[in-house]
Amino acid sequence: MTTALELKGLDKSFGGLRVTKGVDLAVVPGERRLIIGPNGAGKTTLFNLITGETKPDRGSVALFGADITGLPSRRRAHLGMARTYQIITLFPKDTLLHNVMLSLLGLTALRWNPWTRLDRNEALRERARAALAAVGLSHLAERPLAQTSYGERRRVEIAMALSQNPRLLLLDEPFAGLSIDERRDVQKLLFNIPREVTLVMIEHDMDTALDLAARISVMHFGEIVVDGTRAEVVAHPKTKEIYLGE
Amino acid sequence: MKRLAFAAALILFATAPFWVGGSFYVNILSQILIGAIFALSLDVLVGYAGLISLGHAGLFGVAAYGVAIALNAGLGHLAAVAIGLGLALAVTALFAVLALRTTGIGFMMITLALGQILWGLAYRWVDLTNGDNGLGASSRPTPFGFSLAAPVAFYYATLIAVCLALVAIAVFTRSAFGASLKGTRDQPRRMTALGYHVWMIRFFAFLFSGFWSAIAGILFFYYNQFISPHALALSASAEVLLMVIAGGSATLYGPVAGAALVVVMKSVASAYIARWNFALGAIFVAIVLFMPEGLVPGTQRLLRRGFNAQRSRASAPAEGG
Repeated sequence: MTTALELKGLDKSFGGLRVTKGVDLAVVPGERRLIIGPNGAGKTTLFNLITGETKPDRGSVALFGADITGLPSRRRAHLGMARTYQIITLFPKDTLLHNVMLSLLGLTALRWNPWTRLDRNEALRERARAALAAVGLSHLAERPLAQTSYGERRRVEIAMALSQNPRLLLLDEPFAGLSIDERRDVQKLLFNIPREVTLVMIEHDMDTALDLAARISVMHFGEIVVDGTRAEVVAHPKTKEIYLGE
Repeated sequence: MKRLAFAAALILFATAPFWVGGSFYVNILSQILIGAIFALSLDVLVGYAGLISLGHAGLFGVAAYGVAIALNAGLGHLAAVAIGLGLALAVTALFAVLALRTTGIGFMMITLALGQILWGLAYRWVDLTNGDNGLGASSRPTPFGFSLAAPVAFYYATLIAVCLALVAIAVFTRSAFGASLKGTRDQPRRMTALGYHVWMIRFFAFLFSGFWSAIAGILFFYYNQFISPHALALSASAEVLLMVIAGGSATLYGPVAGAALVVVMKSVASAYIARWNFALGAIFVAIVLFMPEGLVPGTQRLLRRGFNAQRSRASAPAEGG
């Protein structure tokens, strides 16, 4: 069985600081993998290495068996990799609908077309509406993003990622900055993502994220120190040491 | 409403030679229209790509010099214009490859340096450019048998060119590619993650901008029947940038209004005020203070506010009673 995502010996240093140290990770298709670890453990850098925004010094990244280590970020999107950011990066002046349409446009050849109007493309618009409906935001479709709440924006970001029909979805702290109610909404959304989509999620707050994942990797100082099922990881002495400082 | 305003403006411009009073003023209108095309071309980069170029006068001037050199080598107008356009596009591509390594201040500095190199070439490569004395042309072209020698005929030619530029840039910026371009302006990192080739999108926008700068440069050359290094100077690049910012970047009519403001101050007000540069500066300061988004969007905002105030005054007694 091929893996959805396989990392081998990923190394990255910024100056003298080794941010990831020979990270190995294998995620099978359909899996929900949670990567936890305290601030500064190198989780976001690991994500940037997976998406290609940062180039590794050593090691390899494979997506469904194909080596993508040297591929630029944009090509990885076309191969079925989507991500959300820890700090939401969307298009604040545009409507929610336009935000999702841009996401859909990114994977079509229409994005190079300098004469056809985007706002009159009914097919794309309908798909964008469906993606917004799936996250419960149909009623806000025509509202500029700047006039929505943080929780709503997080859902827009997830709608944009899912609208691209990714095979692998990377979520960078999807619960960061959300209220308890908003967390519940997002959690429900993530639960309902079909199993054809493999999920890899970063969180540093264990409680909200634990329910979602069957397998958990704990990262600390650039290394994956514990890797196992939920029960194994929670019981592991290293986890306690990192989180409780024993 | 917008279409009505456009139609009114078009009628005004189309009938202008009959009421504006003499070829002096017709020529000023031609200058405004040439400036408008130039400012529109720069706005593609400044407004829609978020890339501030300080070297666009170089592209404008290269097209003009291309035509001038070809004419002086004995070629016909059609061949000369083709050479001017081709040369300008090639130089634009080179500019883009070098400048698009960065954005922001770095992009400004590289375009500034490249513009200065072209200005230096025009000034110093005397064998080719005749240096500070510039290059002239003995005649204007006669497309389809219409002579453009008279000011009014030339004015109508530039008016057609402006209309073509407005339509082309409107279609371009509202297109799917235009949406991609605005996306790279607002969130380049996110656009990459969504599968867009940010560099290539900016490159094509740069080429499109360079094309219309070249058209403006060629019109400018035929308007004066002369080109000298002054047209490529940094002050010319800054002037067109001011047109865009004063009129309103990322709008269609802002650059046109900005061009009108600068040309009128330069050509008309300078006849009455010796320190016209000072007056223009004061106007820019006022625009930045009171309408930081530019003349066209600023006026729209004021009109809307006035309209809303009137409407709420009209409905207030009914609610109060």
